[in-house]
Amino acid sequence: MNSLRVVPKSFLLPGISLLILILLAASPLYIPPYTVILLTSIFMFVIITVSWAIFSGPTGYISLASAAFFGVGIYIAALLGKELPLLVVVGIGGLASFVLALLVGALTLRLRGIYFAIFTFGLAELIRHFLLFWETNITGTRGRIVVLVDYEIVYYIMLGIFVATMLTAYFIRRSKLGLALQGIGENEEAAAHSGVDVTTVKVITFAISAIFMGAAGAIMATKWTYIDPYVAFNPLFSFMPVLMAIFGGIGQIYGPVIGAVIFTYLEEVLTTRFPYYYMLIFGIVLIAAILYLPNGLVGVIPKLWRRRSGGQRANT
Amino acid sequence: MRILEGEKVTKYFGGLAAVSNVDFNVDGGGIVGLIGPNGAGKTTLFNLISGALPLKSGVIKFKGEKITGLRRYQICRRGLARTFQAVKVFPNMPVLQNVLLGSLFGTPTAMSSADASRKATELVEFVGLSAVSATPVKDLTLGSQKRVEVARALATKPELLLLDELMAGLNPTEVAEAMELVTTIRDRGVTIFMIEHVMKAIMSVCDRIMVLHHGEKIAEGTPKEIATSKKVVEVYLGE
Repeated sequence: MNSLRVVPKSFLLPGISLLILILLAASPLYIPPYTVILLTSIFMFVIITVSWAIFSGPTGYISLASAAFFGVGIYIAALLGKELPLLVVVGIGGLASFVLALLVGALTLRLRGIYFAIFTFGLAELIRHFLLFWETNITGTRGRIVVLVDYEIVYYIMLGIFVATMLTAYFIRRSKLGLALQGIGENEEAAAHSGVDVTTVKVITFAISAIFMGAAGAIMATKWTYIDPYVAFNPLFSFMPVLMAIFGGIGQIYGPVIGAVIFTYLEEVLTTRFPYYYMLIFGIVLIAAILYLPNGLVGVIPKLWRRRSGGQRANT
Repeated sequence: MRILEGEKVTKYFGGLAAVSNVDFNVDGGGIVGLIGPNGAGKTTLFNLISGALPLKSGVIKFKGEKITGLRRYQICRRGLARTFQAVKVFPNMPVLQNVLLGSLFGTPTAMSSADASRKATELVEFVGLSAVSATPVKDLTLGSQKRVEVARALATKPELLLLDELMAGLNPTEVAEAMELVTTIRDRGVTIFMIEHVMKAIMSVCDRIMVLHHGEKIAEGTPKEIATSKKVVEVYLGE
């Protein structure tokens, strides 16, 4: 066992991460465009899932408003994409989602459990229907065209947002804020009476997590080129991060990443190979995962490890 | 010096007066007990003091300043900490993290994380849980979980500590240990206001005792006065 540890452990994680990052950054040079585009949408789901898990993971507040924050980014790209440079548009997308999440958070974070989930879901739907109403009755338009951007640029910007999301998730988890979030999730009253300003902590973290969803939406819109409220505020973007995070496992930071990667890849493979049965197979995989992997995919690893080392580590 | 004062403190739940027109005060440096039959309003009074519930009317002052209307975390940071009747811990966090949360967030002036963690380690040792410092709290006995709560409350550097039935559910040995813990905390300079049903405990450690019944204060005095008060005996044993 010890002979394996040539590199000190403290360099292992940053080292591996950097290596993966370099490989990813160089990938458009050696992989076909189709794969680059697939990687872009994998990153998009990883970003949404990880940022969902930044807030909902430790606190246990299940937010179903991801589609709203993602959609705001998409609409920002549609509205400002022609006038402003791409990076500025992405930045504004993130900022707009941050502001929206601050407002939503201040309104809804007094609610707990299922009420919070329902309210956030209702909010995303409300925005979608309001925009639909606005476009059909006031502006008299339906849908918008977004500026087209080269797929490699989309890939690199998405990669950048992905790195920012991962770093934020990592540092929040390790910081004082992370401890407060975990305290809120485990016993909110006790946290409040121990000096945690629970409302501020929740609202701020909720808003920070929305930045990445908005930014991802703004860049993804340029790939889709045509958007309308149905595309931008598709409720699927609220449910997918929850499923992906639970599938991967919320206990670890890499759980949501693994969940999102496998899910998106699986979806791509299934839709192309089994276009008629894909939803069916997808559903079965999901049910099996929830039944047999209650701690998600990452929950399996320590279990397998324990079995391999002959039960001598069994400590329950 | 009066550390905590309440004037005409009142709270209704629907039409029921849970606490009505209660005047109380706690002198700094001692141990004050709060007793009364079930449903007398003891925990409600603690919830009002610590900001968990809003008052209907009345004023509560801590160190001479009004604290009614402040949020829970603000009251904690002013130096008024509490524990709960049904333990409220962070079950999946190790003991040390539970206490660290208090020293990181609850102190009147913010501490550096190194100081906070030193403080937390010291308090885990103080309540006698060093050996299980890295164990998740859910794996501990009720008695130990209550000690974690006390350590977390002390980590916020309180001047006044509200203990809500620290000894309920403990076995006789644990009760004796808890009584010792309470007096050691007082000796560290923390004033204690405690709800208790274990009479032996409250009679021996308290300097003064307050009795609530149906939301009203019916008696107050030294343990001896309370034990011999006709009114108190009637409330507890019937006429």
